[in-house]
Amino acid sequence: MDEINRKIIAATQNGLPLTPHPYSEVGNQIGVTAEVVMDRMQEMLDNGIIRRIGIIPNHYKLGFKSNGMTVWDVPDDQIDQLGEAVGQLEFVSHCYQRPRHLPDWPYNLFAMVHGKTRNEVFTKTEEIRTLLGDAVQAYEILFSKQILKKSGFRLQQTPQPPKEGL
Amino acid sequence: MKSNELSLHDRRLLNEFQHNFPLSSRPYAELAERLEISESEVITQIERLQSAGLISRVGAVIQPHTIGYSTLAAMAVPQPEVESVVEIINQIPQVNHNYERENEMNLWFVVTAEDEQHLDQILAQLEQESRYSVYSFPMERDFHIDLGFNLDWKHPYTPPSKLVHPAAFS
Repeated sequence: MDEINRKIIAATQNGLPLTPHPYSEVGNQIGVTAEVVMDRMQEMLDNGIIRRIGIIPNHYKLGFKSNGMTVWDVPDDQIDQLGEAVGQLEFVSHCYQRPRHLPDWPYNLFAMVHGKTRNEVFTKTEEIRTLLGDAVQAYEILFSKQILKKSGFRLQQTPQPPKEGL
Repeated sequence: MKSNELSLHDRRLLNEFQHNFPLSSRPYAELAERLEISESEVITQIERLQSAGLISRVGAVIQPHTIGYSTLAAMAVPQPEVESVVEIINQIPQVNHNYERENEMNLWFVVTAEDEQHLDQILAQLEQESRYSVYSFPMERDFHIDLGFNLDWKHPYTPPSKLVHPAAFS
């Protein structure tokens, strides 16, 4: 990550300016032209540093009050194929392989399911279970009870030395 | 402004531009063209939706692990202790999401640090301070192509008077 890319991310992480020429405004802030900002953002999209650029809605405020983190114990030698299938479901917003912590935590596949109601989350989870079929050894839905903290990813304008303490 | 007061344009703005936002000199003018309204109307509408909290921001979603190193961490904390442990977790500046979930493993949060070593340090210190185990679940594979989140508004649109069924947002 070079310095210009870092500056672009830091300058836009709270959002692009809502003005007719947002990229030139960002460029002015960090001392490059609008073209450089756009080229660099395109480059970061192409190489996967940026997943997407868009209008980011607040699901919770829009009525998607129920979010269920579904967790699945599936055989390791099938997880690639199963994960791909679950990741393609339209209602799954994140789908990751994560490590188990045996014996406390047997689950290795995590899929986030959003719904307007709890029932909607149950129905969608059932679809995943059907899709995974016999590969499911165990699963659970962890409904969200409370949002305790939520802030976007924060990058310091310049790299900071590691902080002491918590 | 509530979600059941959304106009057709509001809903299109929220649902159709979650990815492929134009990288061109006047991106809002391009949105305006698609919606057949003016550039200034697009900007005003985004401002309005943002101040109502329905839009978080217009911008980039960064891929985890490309800048810094992050993990999803969890703790199993008995109910009477939850409040004090949450306070400790939320004081950590590197924690950017923290949810309480309905499970014995009830506190789930994302920690992003400069590198893996620093991340381990933060988690170890949290264990020490809270006296509860911290389980770390770093992403090993990502199976989802992130194109945003379908808000599930059906096409074609019905007239504004019946635009949103009251039950749809209950």
